[in-house]
Amino acid sequence: MELFGINPAILVASLMVAAVPILLAAIGELVVEKAGVLNLGVEGMMIMGAISGFITAVHTGSPALGFLGGALGAMALSLVFALLTQVFLANQVATGLALTLFGLGFSSLMGQGYNGIKPPRTPSLPFGPLEQIPFFGRVLFSHDWVVYASVAIVAAVWAVLRYSRAGLILRAVGESHDAAHALGYKVVRIRVLAILFGAAMAGMGGAYISLVRVPQWTDGITAGAGWIALAIVVFASWKPWRVLVGAWLFGGITVLQLNLQAAGSRIPVEYLSMSPYLITILVLVIMSSGRGRAGLNAPASLGQNFHASR
Amino acid sequence: MKRRTLLATAALGLIALGGTAEAQMEKVKACFVYVGPIGDGGWTFQHHEGLKQVQAEFGDKVETAYQESVPEGADAERVLTQMALSGCNIIFTTSFGYMDATNAVAAKFPDVKFEHATGFKRDHPNVSTYNARFYEGRAVQGTIAGRMTKTNKIGYIASFPIPEVVMGINSYFIHAKKVNPNVELSVVWAYTWFDPAKEADAAKALIDQGVDVIASHTDSTAPLAEAAKTNGAVIGFGQASDMAEYKPSPRVSSIIDNWGPYYVKRVGALLDGTYEQADAWEGIAGGEVLIGEITDAIPAEVKAEAEALRDAIAAGTYHPYTGPLKKQDGSDWLAEGQTAPDGDLLGMNFYVEGITGDIPK
Repeated sequence: MELFGINPAILVASLMVAAVPILLAAIGELVVEKAGVLNLGVEGMMIMGAISGFITAVHTGSPALGFLGGALGAMALSLVFALLTQVFLANQVATGLALTLFGLGFSSLMGQGYNGIKPPRTPSLPFGPLEQIPFFGRVLFSHDWVVYASVAIVAAVWAVLRYSRAGLILRAVGESHDAAHALGYKVVRIRVLAILFGAAMAGMGGAYISLVRVPQWTDGITAGAGWIALAIVVFASWKPWRVLVGAWLFGGITVLQLNLQAAGSRIPVEYLSMSPYLITILVLVIMSSGRGRAGLNAPASLGQNFHASR
Repeated sequence: MKRRTLLATAALGLIALGGTAEAQMEKVKACFVYVGPIGDGGWTFQHHEGLKQVQAEFGDKVETAYQESVPEGADAERVLTQMALSGCNIIFTTSFGYMDATNAVAAKFPDVKFEHATGFKRDHPNVSTYNARFYEGRAVQGTIAGRMTKTNKIGYIASFPIPEVVMGINSYFIHAKKVNPNVELSVVWAYTWFDPAKEADAAKALIDQGVDVIASHTDSTAPLAEAAKTNGAVIGFGQASDMAEYKPSPRVSSIIDNWGPYYVKRVGALLDGTYEQADAWEGIAGGEVLIGEITDAIPAEVKAEAEALRDAIAAGTYHPYTGPLKKQDGSDWLAEGQTAPDGDLLGMNFYVEGITGDIPK
C-alpha cells in the first residue's frame, strides 16, 4: 500500500511524533488562554524546558526525570511572567514577548558545555504482538510513552473543561473575571495555576524536542515551534480536540512534504509548505462568518489584567 | 626659519593626508553577523572559531563584536547599519542571504569594509566576497557514499536552492556515481539553514525511504543524531564543523570550514594598510576546506581511495568537475577533459545528468 511512493503507515506514525511538541505546548496555552491570560512566552518556556530537561536527563540518566525537569524549568520561568502580569499588572503581550527573548538567551547560557552530549534514549513502549498488526501496529503501537501521554492530556483537558467544576470556574475567570471575583473565586490564584500548567506542558514539549526528536542540545533548538503552538490555539478556536487536529495537521504537512521529496514526488514543495497556513486562513474565515458563535470563541477577558479594586 | 618650519609642517601634513588612503590603523574593530547561534555545532560555530583566531592573533589591536541568529532579509540591514554606526571597521556577513543587505548598507558607509561570505555581488568598492570550494569536499563524501551504500540510495538534505548548494549536490552525486553506477540520489529541500527538528525530520524521511548515506547542507548536528538512532545502519558526514561527537559512526568523515586564516589575513591587511577589495575562493589546497578524519567505520580501501582523491584535489591534479559531463536534460555541459570554469559553478542552477527531480525555483 503506497501513495506517491510513501507508506502511509510510516507517514502517520511519524506525523504523530513530529506533532508532539507543538501539541503539548498548544494544549497548555489553551488552558492559559481559557483562564483569560495571553502568554506569548510559549517559545521561551519551550526552550527552557528543552535545556532543563536535557540537563536533568543527562545527569540522572533517566528520560522520565528529564521530562519532569523540563516541566519544572519552564514553570520556574513562567513564575516571572505570573509575578509581572498577575501581581504587578504588567502588559501581558509585552511581558510574554520578553519571556521568549529571555528564555532563548537564558537557555543558551544554561546550555554552555552541553553541546555534543547525547541524552539517554527514550525507548518505544513494548506492545508485544500488537506491534505486528498490519498498518495499525506501526501507527498505534510503535511510539514512546510521551506520544500517548500527549493525547491523554488533550482528552483530560477536554473532560475537565467541559464536565468538571474546576473547568467551569476556570472558564468563568476567563470569560468575566469581575463576575468570577464577585462570586468569590480567587481570580489571580486560578490564573497563576493555569499559567503554571501551561508552562509545564510547554516545558515537556520542549524536552521532547531535545530528548527524543533531536536527541541533543543545540542553541535555539525549538526554532519557532512555540509560535506555531500559539497559532494552533487560535486555529482550534480554543477547543481541545481541534488542538489535536491542528497539531497533527501542521506536523503532518511538515513530515509529508519532506517524505514526498525523499520519495522523489513531482509535487512542488512550495504548495505543501504553504498549505497549513492556507488552511488556517480558511478556517478563520469560515468560523468568523458563522452567526451565533460569539466571535471566534475567544475568552472574553483574554489578555486583560485583573485587580480586585477595579 | 619660519618659512622652513611652515614648509616642513605642510610636508608632514601632506604625508599624513596621503597616508589616510592606505592608512595603517592602530586598532580595528571587526564585527561578525551570524545566521544561527554559535552553539549550532556547525556553520556558525566555525565562523566564531575564526573570530577567536583573529582575537588571539592581534590581541589588543583588535576589538571584536558579533550578533547571532540574525534573520536573512530586512532585519539584517538594520543589524548591519547598527554595527557600522557603532564603529566597526570591517564587517563579516556570514551567510548567502545577507548579500543584498550587505551591498545596500555598504553604499551608505563607504569607509567601512564589508566582507560577504558565499555571495557574488560586489556593487561597491568596499564590498569583498569570500567563499570556500566546498564542492571539493563533497567529491570526497560522494566517493565514500557510493562505496558504502548497501541500498544504492543516498540522500542529501539541502537548504535553499542557491548555486552554492546545487554545486554540492552535483559534486556529491557525480563522485558517488563514478564508483557506483547504480546509485540513486534523493534530495530533500528543508528551506532552512538551522532548524534541528526539521533537519531531523528530513533525515528520518530519507531513512524511511531506504537511504543509508546522508549528506547534509544545513547547519546543525540533528541529521547525524537521527542517523545515530539506526545503530550504524545509516552513516553521514559532519557538515561545516567536524562534529566529532558522532565519531566513529554515524559520522564517518566531515567537511570542516576553516575560516580563521582568511579572517586573520583580512583584519591584518586592514591593520597594516594593505587592504584591497577581494574575491577569495580557496579550497582544500588553500586550507579553507579541511576533510575531517575518515573513521574506521569504513573499510581501509575506501578510506585510501577517498584520501587519494582529497590529495589529488589538493595537488591540483584533479578537478571535481571534469568532463565529459552532461546536464540533467541531456544537453552537453563539459567536453572530455574540460574542467568547469568558476563562472559556471558560481551560477550553477542545474542538476547533472542522472539526478531525478527538479531544483525548486
